[in-house]
Amino acid sequence: MTSLFEYAPAPESRSIVDVAPSYGLFVDGEFVDGSGEPMKTVNPATEEVLSEIAVGTEADVDRAVRAARRASTRVWGPMRPADRGKYLFRIARILQERAREFAVLESLDNGKPIRESRDVDVPLAAAHFFYHAGWADKLGHAGLGPDPRPHGVAGQVIPWNFPLLMLAWKVAPALATGNTVVLKPAETTPLTALLFAEVCRQADLPPGVVNIVTGAGDTGRAVVEHEDVDKVAFTGSTEVGRSIARAVAGTRKVLTLELGGKAANIVFDDAPIDQAVEGIVRGIFFNQGHVCCAGSRLLVQESVHDEVIASLQRRIGTLRVGDPLDKNTDIGAINSAEQLARIRELSDVGEAEGAHRWQPVCELPERGFWFPPTVFTDVSPAHRIARDEVFGPVLSVLTFRTPDEAVAKANNTTYGLSAGIWTEKGSRILAIADRLRAGVVWANTFNQFDPTSPFGGYKQSGYGREGGRHGLAAYLKESS
Amino acid sequence: MSDRLAVRKTYKLYVNGAFPRSESGRTYEVTDARGAFLANAAHASRKDARDAVVAARGAFGKWSGTTAYNRGQVLYRVAEVMEGRHAQFCEEVAAGEGLSAGRARAVVDAAVDRWVWYAGWTDKLAAVLGSANPVAGPYFDFSLPEPTGVVAVLAPQRSSLLGLVSVLAPVLAGGNTAVVVTSRERPLPAITLGEVLATSDVPGGVVNLLTGDAGEIGPWLAEHDDVDAIDLTGAPAGRALELERLAAGSIKRVLRPPAEEPDWTADPGTGRMTRFLETKTVWHPIGL
Amino acid sequence: MTHVLDPGTLEAGTRPAPGSGAPFDDVTRSDAALRAFLHGLPGVDQVGAEQRAATLGTRSIKTTAKAWAIDTAISMVDLTTLEGADTPGKVRSLAAKARRPDPTDTTAPAVAAVCVYGDLAGVAVEALEGSGIHVAAVATAFPSGRASREVKLADVRDAVGNGADEIDMVIDRGAFLSGRYLEVFDEIVAVKRECGDAHLKVILETGELVTYDNARRASWLAMLAGADFIKTSTGKVSPAATLPVCLVMLEAVRDFRAATGRQVGVKPAGGIRTTKDALKHLVLVNETVGADWLSPDWFRFGASSLLNDLLLQRQKLRTGHYGGPDHVSID
Repeated sequence: MTSLFEYAPAPESRSIVDVAPSYGLFVDGEFVDGSGEPMKTVNPATEEVLSEIAVGTEADVDRAVRAARRASTRVWGPMRPADRGKYLFRIARILQERAREFAVLESLDNGKPIRESRDVDVPLAAAHFFYHAGWADKLGHAGLGPDPRPHGVAGQVIPWNFPLLMLAWKVAPALATGNTVVLKPAETTPLTALLFAEVCRQADLPPGVVNIVTGAGDTGRAVVEHEDVDKVAFTGSTEVGRSIARAVAGTRKVLTLELGGKAANIVFDDAPIDQAVEGIVRGIFFNQGHVCCAGSRLLVQESVHDEVIASLQRRIGTLRVGDPLDKNTDIGAINSAEQLARIRELSDVGEAEGAHRWQPVCELPERGFWFPPTVFTDVSPAHRIARDEVFGPVLSVLTFRTPDEAVAKANNTTYGLSAGIWTEKGSRILAIADRLRAGVVWANTFNQFDPTSPFGGYKQSGYGREGGRHGLAAYLKESS
Repeated sequence: MSDRLAVRKTYKLYVNGAFPRSESGRTYEVTDARGAFLANAAHASRKDARDAVVAARGAFGKWSGTTAYNRGQVLYRVAEVMEGRHAQFCEEVAAGEGLSAGRARAVVDAAVDRWVWYAGWTDKLAAVLGSANPVAGPYFDFSLPEPTGVVAVLAPQRSSLLGLVSVLAPVLAGGNTAVVVTSRERPLPAITLGEVLATSDVPGGVVNLLTGDAGEIGPWLAEHDDVDAIDLTGAPAGRALELERLAAGSIKRVLRPPAEEPDWTADPGTGRMTRFLETKTVWHPIGL
Repeated sequence: MTHVLDPGTLEAGTRPAPGSGAPFDDVTRSDAALRAFLHGLPGVDQVGAEQRAATLGTRSIKTTAKAWAIDTAISMVDLTTLEGADTPGKVRSLAAKARRPDPTDTTAPAVAAVCVYGDLAGVAVEALEGSGIHVAAVATAFPSGRASREVKLADVRDAVGNGADEIDMVIDRGAFLSGRYLEVFDEIVAVKRECGDAHLKVILETGELVTYDNARRASWLAMLAGADFIKTSTGKVSPAATLPVCLVMLEAVRDFRAATGRQVGVKPAGGIRTTKDALKHLVLVNETVGADWLSPDWFRFGASSLLNDLLLQRQKLRTGHYGGPDHVSID
């Protein structure tokens, strides 16, 4: 198909963000130097170094935890709940006011398309603060007794795939319930968290309520293992989740984990095919597939396999891969060289194991970390690409013949975060949704998120929920 | 009548609806509170635990798929049959825990009542714990509690019936299946409870009772990849940390043990049920 | 379910010759067969379709792409007047505008067609002579379609007789909604016959069909009956053209071509007033059916006020500053 209609570049202006050459840690309301060897954060689309970031050591984490403890006992804990709520409302509003700045910065640091950071990440982050703000003075109605109490200091470690949104998922409920926070952003995507520190200052949030300690794995470990942390919340890989569960074993720390996934997206032969194809695309190519709940295993009924794959390939052919700041980009950059290497490795294994790799004709930029949207057909459930989380734009296609087989294959994983069902038959949706062992089931849609809607996994995808009334339970001690 | 020689009961394991001996062939002597011989109990091995997990997994689909109303009736039926065995439970509790007849009766009464309390919860959980979520878009979005799966329970060491019921019934009410390691020193009421379960309408495999040493079997259950959660209430002193670490390997839900065995007569609250429930959220578009 | 959208499932011997609806001849044998066929088409999920259309609506069309798109959109306009107050004078002034939309800039392309009621088709033909601009006439008791078959066919004959080379007919929505699909089909076939060489655009009036499922079924029905174009609306019913309904219709023509080899055009009409709306539609075409449909032969806008907005935007691109309503002609 010749292209008559070539979209001219439509880059979002970068001038709205002002990235400092270096950043310190945000502790007790101030930016302070880190004691570790600073690290660099790069733009994954260009490999340009964006800034130098402080690295928190155990001593730095200790200072942050002490600040959080002070704030908890002296200010945030005793504060009138309604006032805590007002601070969160302020934060929500400031996020909305500075939405564009956050979106651009997120795309710069993470590599995700500006369309997604602008239309998904940032508005949802603001929504999370707005939603939880309202809870602050209504916690007695949350089903956790008349006067549930905060744990105290929450240590939170978040991933690089939705840097600001995951911050919001962690910080908003923690603050609404009266906890204070020591947050460790991901090593490769610290910038929006540091901009968030500025939001806290604009909101006049009391010092020490939110502390942001940047760094890599060691810094995260220091947060998790600090003995004065009462509550640990982690989003990231199942492997790290295991080590955190081991680390907090035998302590009084309360733990919630949101880990990996290998979601089945089940397409029945009576599905609304065009929307199903959109849902498959949204399921696996949203955010370059860097999504724990990505629909990475397409389970398609054999009778419509060829039709669905043909439609899917045609649709993937229209995806625009490239500059994350271009408003028409659908797929941005892979977040890091390390992640790119993993995606390549697993894709190569997929091919070596006998699956058939398909990629559209797709020109990738020379610099930066890129991987084209990829579909593997002829995948068997025994293949690694059908079992391991790739965390990239790589779809594995499997088939089924009957609903029972679909359910059995969908559940045949150690994960249990999410799943999708596509069929026009209502009773079938309810039957399948009931039998899927997954925390979130999207029927005739995929990858939808909302602060009112509890999110979290079954099995080795973790425990605890984020969002909704259920999410509050992670940050409160039940009262009787 | 007094010169009649009693017919004694052989206490075995309760696995998959049957009463096998330990595959290891081992037994151990159970005595009353004063040290007098009561019975030789089966001394469950890791392979018995493995078999019990297979049975519990096999039973999970049917038990969790039973309607909440039906599950409530089945559990209520258990209480009815317990009531019929009241005297036997009293005797075993009195002997094992060294209680007076009156105290033992009170404990058994409380245990039956506790079971009834949980039986009544089955069809309330979804209403109390579920939600319709007002998402900002054209979707119907709801969240419902679902059972976690196969739950390993290290039952309390001291309270051999009321404590056992207090940890087992909440696991079952939510639709889980259970592998229970009973009190080591006081296992007899557990096996009698197994007989109650076998003669009520609880499907085989839903509850599996292993008499023996939680310190020996616990690690195998904690590390078992097909066990979804573990209740460490009866973990031997000093072993909870190790067990929790082992459980981390498969991201098990862990209920940590209290500092000391609680007063089981207190109001239990819902915490023991919610601990072994997952929340499933389902989205569907609203359109014409 | 029959997988009508997959030409690969057709028997080799029954594979259609391009330009015919051959593989589906049997589905119009009876009312029951046609119903089974139309109801066997994959459903449309409203929310998903609207979300897809909305996402495409966020495409940012700038600079050279915008210039190309504006000119393409102008060339796709069926410049329309369908008022009871229409006069030969009004039609002649519209024709002049169609030939030379921007009097200040001769590089602005001409529109695709002028669309009028059948009795004024002759006036339009005369005014447009030699321009290559088509004359479209609405017919079949437009806009309601509530007249006998004979009256509708006479209406078509009259318009064709007056020189219209494109006929915009309305389907019988009453018959469609009550499930008398074969009746609707037969009527389109009959109208097509009366059209002779004139192109037939079949107006579905999707605002009255309400659901996207119906829009998809009506699209297939019209294409099976021989429509050269399928058109969303009369412009007299709200909602008229919307992005998602256009998306559903584009998917239908895409799938129909895949199944039969015959390409059918799409015309959203009514409610498209701004350049932004038009550009969104072109993006929709581009990313749903591709370049094959990006020409006035296969995609049209039924509109009146749209043209002036396109011209204003065109002037803005050319001059670098904004214009106002007095810088384009009122017709």
